[in-house]
Amino acid sequence: MTKRVVVTGIGVYSVLGKNLEAVLDSLYHGKSGIGFDPERKEMGFRSGLTGIIERPILKGVLPRRMRIGLAEQGEYAYVSTKEALDYAGIDEDYFLKNDVGILFGNDSSTIPVIEAIDGVREKKDTTLLGSGSIFQSMNSTVTMNLSVIFKLRGVNITISAACASGAHAIGLGHHFIKHGMQEMIICGGAQEVNAYSMGSFDGLSAFSIREDEPTKASRPFDAGRDGLVPSGGAATVILEEYESAKKRGAPILAEVLGYGFSSDGNHISVPNMEGPTKALSMAIKDSKVNVNDVDYINPHATSTPVGDANEAKALHNIFGTNKKVKISATKSMTGHEMWMGGASEIIYSILMMKNDFIAPSLNFETPDEFSAKLNIIPKTTSAKINLVVSNSFGFGGTNSSLVIRKM
Amino acid sequence: MQKEEIIEKVNEFLIDEFELEEDQVKPDALLKDDLEIESLDFVDIAVAIEKEFGFKVVGEEMVDVRTLDNLYDYIQKKVNQ
Repeated sequence: MTKRVVVTGIGVYSVLGKNLEAVLDSLYHGKSGIGFDPERKEMGFRSGLTGIIERPILKGVLPRRMRIGLAEQGEYAYVSTKEALDYAGIDEDYFLKNDVGILFGNDSSTIPVIEAIDGVREKKDTTLLGSGSIFQSMNSTVTMNLSVIFKLRGVNITISAACASGAHAIGLGHHFIKHGMQEMIICGGAQEVNAYSMGSFDGLSAFSIREDEPTKASRPFDAGRDGLVPSGGAATVILEEYESAKKRGAPILAEVLGYGFSSDGNHISVPNMEGPTKALSMAIKDSKVNVNDVDYINPHATSTPVGDANEAKALHNIFGTNKKVKISATKSMTGHEMWMGGASEIIYSILMMKNDFIAPSLNFETPDEFSAKLNIIPKTTSAKINLVVSNSFGFGGTNSSLVIRKM
Repeated sequence: MQKEEIIEKVNEFLIDEFELEEDQVKPDALLKDDLEIESLDFVDIAVAIEKEFGFKVVGEEMVDVRTLDNLYDYIQKKVNQ
């Protein structure tokens, strides 16, 4: 007998705002979080475009020993997780009495690695790197720090799956709870936002160069799209077993109905159509829903020419018979939140669900031959949303599809 | 270097970086039991000593450093060597 999995808390620190309220306002008003960073041009970047975000000030909030191991994305994740736990009505006492887990997506921690290497080369004395360096440098930095800060005693694993990391974290959390292995898991994704972490990605000419109009640069599915805009922050989703949530009287925001995954088995950076189609089909089957009942799709749609075209084809293949489903790419506002995106986009979808609107797919002005077959929403639209599908894909052809239902 | 100068620099570091209260920073304070300085913190103290006093801390030499006063004396001995 499998268990039902629900969302009882959400929290976000993104280029759209530093908390749920601010993010909801940006989503509703179609406010872009994208800007231009001149430092990147000085560093030889092809594109100076990026999501714009400020680091939170945690001095006075967390003791020194807890702060010292947090890298940039760990700070974002602390703030989003605190907001999500408060939303879910979870305090320290709950962690003492219950085994709560953490599964978070993260796939880099560039600055601490660079500083450690520079430090060793310059000082020739490893002690001088300080005690926080190792805990900031590892890919598991977010889970290792948050599990100590919040005194978690359940499953504790970082998911590194490129730009699908945050989505797979939620999908795997869903499975842990569905099969009775945990009652509550803090899931999410975190993404650093700094020039050094994006140099090698910029080197692939994957980023938009529409630098004179930053807010128009991310234009998923539009015929004039010329690449993605890197971005980041952190997003936290508290997954909980339904009976546990009911017993606690917790706010139940949504139910995670299903998770589909696949690997393209093909090119390292060019996505295909078959992999996403398989993940979508698996998620629909796992959810036991009809494709014609899906109200809204939050696509992966990063604004790259090939990626968006192949996703549009996959979406048409699966949802071609569904005449009501609306599609809006929140990456048009956020840019590509990469390791964080799969988690944040579940939160953006829940915010739309709870507030009866679909956020605009900004800059969708001219469809191409593939996106013309989809119902893409360019302006904020009132809508009752009950059933949502969210896609996330990553390098190496890793694919995730999640299905959530309003509660 | 005079001990007063060392005391001033070390205390300033402990108050600013380790967020200790001024009244905690007393010569007879035990580093581990009173100030809750743990093994990882000694790494950061070594970093601060190198920056402020210009010498590299050798872990073995620190085994007898139990109080804040022991730490002042250890630094004074090293800088005046």
